[in-house]
Amino acid sequence: MRSKVYPNADAAVADVPAGARILFGGFGGAGFPNNLIQALERQGASNLTVVTNNCGSGDGELGILFKHGRIGSVIASFPGPHARHFQELYAAGKVALELVPQGILCERLRAAGAGLFGFYSAVGVGTEAAAGHEERVFNGRRAIFYEPIAGEFAFIKAWKADELGNLVYRKTARNFNPLMAVAAKTTIVEVDEVVPVGALDPEQIVTPFVFVHRIVQAKGIHNVVKA
Amino acid sequence: MSSKPRLSREQVAARAARELHDGDCVNLGWGIPNLVSAFVPAGLTVFFHSENGILGMGARAQAGQEDYDLVDAMKVPVTVIPGASYFDQGMAHLMTRGGHLDVSMLGGLQVAENGDFANWKVPGAKGSGGIGGAMDIATGARRLIVCMEHTTKDGAPKLVRRCTYPLTALACVSRVVTDLAVVDVTLEGFLLREIAPGWTVEEVQAATEARLQVRGEVLNIAQPA
Repeated sequence: MRSKVYPNADAAVADVPAGARILFGGFGGAGFPNNLIQALERQGASNLTVVTNNCGSGDGELGILFKHGRIGSVIASFPGPHARHFQELYAAGKVALELVPQGILCERLRAAGAGLFGFYSAVGVGTEAAAGHEERVFNGRRAIFYEPIAGEFAFIKAWKADELGNLVYRKTARNFNPLMAVAAKTTIVEVDEVVPVGALDPEQIVTPFVFVHRIVQAKGIHNVVKA
Repeated sequence: MSSKPRLSREQVAARAARELHDGDCVNLGWGIPNLVSAFVPAGLTVFFHSENGILGMGARAQAGQEDYDLVDAMKVPVTVIPGASYFDQGMAHLMTRGGHLDVSMLGGLQVAENGDFANWKVPGAKGSGGIGGAMDIATGARRLIVCMEHTTKDGAPKLVRRCTYPLTALACVSRVVTDLAVVDVTLEGFLLREIAPGWTVEEVQAATEARLQVRGEVLNIAQPA
């Protein structure tokens, strides 16, 4: 069986092509795959589409990719006032943005992972988020249709992985990571610690290994910038 | 419009906290709602929900005790109380959107007399704006209480006939707690329940675009209900 464990973050992201769509975990400074993000910046792939809750904090998190002009398009819930590089590009019309309600973003990812073609929800009805969405009425309630969101890659952060890729997370650093993991063709995880197969309690595993394709042990970059 | 003193943000939060019951599961949004947890009446256990995956969020972490893997939706390091759980963002919003929380409190820009709600974007403001969890929370809330100033900094009413700001959700607000009044949203429009000390119904109406209906006694907002 081929090992999923890569020697470092640079090796794990080496084949990401220009124009790729990448899903990123992380919320509120917690659970961002900062080592993978910085390796991707070094790797140089450009014209990326990113799916993320927010768009970085100064140079931290996704900020470094916006700073170097690597991202052409964003699907996000809350880009954030501290996402300075994104906001500059957005004001200059150099990056496209689709705003998605946060829980709906989660479900669109889950739908992609679950083999569903989409779903209806009352969230967003009558708002700017409904633009371009089909509307239907169910039992007298208005709802709009949301399509799935899939990625070619997901970059996620977990606490521990076993060598198969079973994952456990730590506290609120879980956030979007399990959802991003199921929605990509190739999911790359950075973890604080890789442990032998059998070392994690099967009752505790949050993301089963079937969703995880590459593992990098990469301690050390945690909350690069605190806003 | 009267220039009489209004309630402080803390006093609005304290009034909003009196909406909570023992055992309630509650989401608090940005702005004044974020202050509400400090005013939960003694003896009540309330399970605060955070959209990044906590049910049972406790106080802010003390200096030196911060764990940056345990933060609230504003990035602030927090703690958890006994009975708490962690889960992913999708489960967190399954709870909000699916109507599983007892009460949600959000800050607001405008509330209309039909319950329409705007809180995520000021027209003409710089930057991209951001929706965050507000649409899921507002749409799914069993009881949505909006906590906000009664008027804008320029004195424009925030309780309006129809929202002119970009909407968060339609017909979703149950009650509004402001620095001047407690107002319920009913099928017949706004119903004035309480007013700030020293203010008259007419003065609060003058600070409100939509008509405030009065049925029975209007209580002093500072008095326990």
